[in-house]
Amino acid sequence: MKFFRLVWGNLWRKPLRTTLTGLSVFVAFLLFGLLCVIRQSLTAGISMAGADRLVTRQKVSIIQMLPVSYGDRIAQIPGVAAVVHQSWFGGIYKDPKNFFPSMPVQPEKYLEMYPEFVLPEAQRKAWIADRRGAIVGRSLAERFGWKIGDTVPLMSPIWRRADGSGAWEFHVDGIYSGAKKSTDTSQFFFHYKYYDEGRSFAKGMVGWYTVRVKDPAKADEVAKTIDAEFANSPYETKTEPEGAFAQAFAQQVGNIGAIMMSIQAAVFLTILFVAANTVAQAVRERTEEIGVLKALGFSNRMVFGLVLAESLLLAAVAGLAGLGLIWLITLGGSPSPAFLPVFYFPIPDFMVGVFLVALLGVFAAALPAWQAMRMGVAEALRRAT
Amino acid sequence: MSESQPPLVRVRGVDKVYHRGSEDIHVLLNLDLDVHPGEFLALMGPSGSGKSTLLNLIGGLDRPSQGTIEIGGERIDEISSRQLAAWRARHVGFVFQFYNLMPVMNAERNVELPLLLTHLNRGERRQHVETALHVVGLADRSRHHPRQLSGGEQQRVGIARAIVTDPTLLLCDEPTGDLDRKSGDEILGLLQALNREQGKTIIMVTHDPHAAQRASRIVYLEKGQLVSERPS
Ligand SMILES: Nc1ncnc2c1ncn2[C@@H]1O[C@H](COP(=O)(O)OP(=O)(O)OP(=O)(O)O)[C@@H](O)[C@H]1O
Ligand SMILES: [Mg+2]
Repeated sequence: MKFFRLVWGNLWRKPLRTTLTGLSVFVAFLLFGLLCVIRQSLTAGISMAGADRLVTRQKVSIIQMLPVSYGDRIAQIPGVAAVVHQSWFGGIYKDPKNFFPSMPVQPEKYLEMYPEFVLPEAQRKAWIADRRGAIVGRSLAERFGWKIGDTVPLMSPIWRRADGSGAWEFHVDGIYSGAKKSTDTSQFFFHYKYYDEGRSFAKGMVGWYTVRVKDPAKADEVAKTIDAEFANSPYETKTEPEGAFAQAFAQQVGNIGAIMMSIQAAVFLTILFVAANTVAQAVRERTEEIGVLKALGFSNRMVFGLVLAESLLLAAVAGLAGLGLIWLITLGGSPSPAFLPVFYFPIPDFMVGVFLVALLGVFAAALPAWQAMRMGVAEALRRAT
Repeated sequence: MSESQPPLVRVRGVDKVYHRGSEDIHVLLNLDLDVHPGEFLALMGPSGSGKSTLLNLIGGLDRPSQGTIEIGGERIDEISSRQLAAWRARHVGFVFQFYNLMPVMNAERNVELPLLLTHLNRGERRQHVETALHVVGLADRSRHHPRQLSGGEQQRVGIARAIVTDPTLLLCDEPTGDLDRKSGDEILGLLQALNREQGKTIIMVTHDPHAAQRASRIVYLEKGQLVSERPS
C-alpha cells in the first residue's frame, strides 16, 4: 500500500491520456454489461429449461402441429412421469406492437409441469374453474396495467374464431411470478378447451408436448422411445431436451447469443490494444525514471509489479465503474419490457466482467512490464542523459 | 582518514568492454582503485573516457567484464542482480547530473522513495525525510513539486534522497554539471559538509577543475586507467 502514491502519481502523469484510456475501458465494460443483460433476457427461456423435461414436436417443423391424442400415448411410455401440451396462439392486444407469448394449455397439469410459475392457491383454483380464464406473468401485467378481474381481448392473426367474431376474450384470474430471477414472466396462458372449441380449423391439434421424465439420466432413452412410437405415422415426432428446444426456438431469430459473444470479444480485444498501447507508451517515456528506481534499489521484480499495478489500477477503476453502472441501471427495472422481459445482470456474468477487468489489466501491462524489468540500469540511465 | 584502515572501495584489475555491433570498445583496462572511508574523491577525465562507467560499476549498476569490485568487504561483482538491488538500497546513494526526480511527486515523496524499500513505518519514514530535507536546507519546500523548484533546489532534493537511508557511500555523476556557478558552489559546499561532518565517503565525477578542488583527492581517468597527476 505504501507504493500506492507512486503508482497513482505515475498514472496521472499524462492526465488527458489516462482519462481517455480510462473512458474507453469504461465504455467497453458498459457495453459488455449491457450485452450480458440483453443476452440473458433473450436466452432466459433456455436457462429456464428443466433438466428433466423433454419437448416433443412435429419432426419437420415446429410450426406443424400434432394430434392431441398423442398425449395419452406418450403418457403410456415407460419412464414418462407427466405430459402436457402447448400451442402457439400468437395473440396481440389492441395493436400489433403489443405482442407477447400467449399459449393455450391444460391449466392444472401445466402448473404442475412448470413449478417455476408461482401462483397463489386461490388464483390457481379460480383459473382452473374458469373456462375463459387466463393467467398472466407479473411483468406482462405491469406492462399493460392489468389487474385480477379485468377482461382482456386478444386478437390472433392465426386463429380466427369459428363464430366469426374478432377478439377472444379472457378474464385475468391470476398473476404469476417467477420462482427464479431468470423466470420469464411476460407470458399469457389460458384454457386449451376454450381455444379448441372456439377455433375455426385444426381442431384437436396441438403445438408441442412437454414431457417430464422420471429419471433425467434416462432422458435420451425416453426421447428415442417416444419418436419410435410415432415413426411412420402421418405425424412423426422429434423429441429433445427442453433446453435444446428453446435454443432451436431462439435460432429462429438467429444465434443471438453467439453474435453478442463475438461483439463482446471484439470489444475486449480492441480495448486490450488501446490499454496495452497506453501502458507501453507510459513505460517508454519513463525509461530514465525506471533506471533511477532501480539505482535506488528497487528490484526488477518490484519494477515489474509497479507497472502491472498501474495498469491494473486503471483497468479496475474504469472497468468496475462500467460494470457497476450497468448494475445500477438494471436495479431500476427493464426500460422495454416488451423486448426485454427479463432484465438483470446475472452474477456469473458480472464475475466474468470482473475477471476480464483483471485480465485486461494484466495483459495490457505484460509486455511493457517485462521490458521495464529487463532494462539494464546503466543502460536506462544513459538513455536519459 | 587513516591509511591503515582497509579501503571502503577496492577495485582490482577491472576491464569494461562494450560491444557495439562487431566492434569491441575497451573503456576500462586493468583498472585499480582504492577509496578509503571518509574520502572525498573527485574523478576527472575527458568526455567518453569512462568516468560514468566506472562510477556505475562501483555503484553496482553494471558489472565489470573482468576484475573484482569489493565494497565494504563485499564482492559486488559476484552477487545476483536481486541481491545487488538490495545492496544498493542499503549502501549507496546516487546523485545525478539532471537530478532525476519523479515529476509527479513532491519533494517529500521523492525523498521518501528509497525508504519505501525499508521496514520503517510511515511515521519513521516522515522523520527521516524531514531530517534529510533539513540537512540540505529545504525543509520549507517539502510540498513543492520538482517543476516548482530551481535546478539547485532540485539537486538538493536529489541529495536528500541519496542520504535519507544513511548510506556510507555517495556516488555523484557531475552533480553540478547542469548548474550555474553559484548554485554549483552551494551543492559542493553541501557535499563537503556531508563528507566532513557526517563522514560520508564521496566519489564525484566532474569536468570542472574548480569543483574538483573541493575534494580531498583527485584522480584522472586516462586511456582506461587511473592516474593521480593531471595529464598534460
Ligand atoms: N552501453 C554502451 N554501449 C556501448 N558503448 C558504451 C555504452 N556505455 C558507454 N559506452 C561508451 O563508453 C565510453 C565511456 O562512456 P562514459 O559514459 O563512461 O564516459 P564519461 O567519461 O562519463 O563521459 P562524459 O564525460 O561525456 O559523461 C564512451 O565512448 C561511450 O560511448
Ligand atoms: Mg558521464
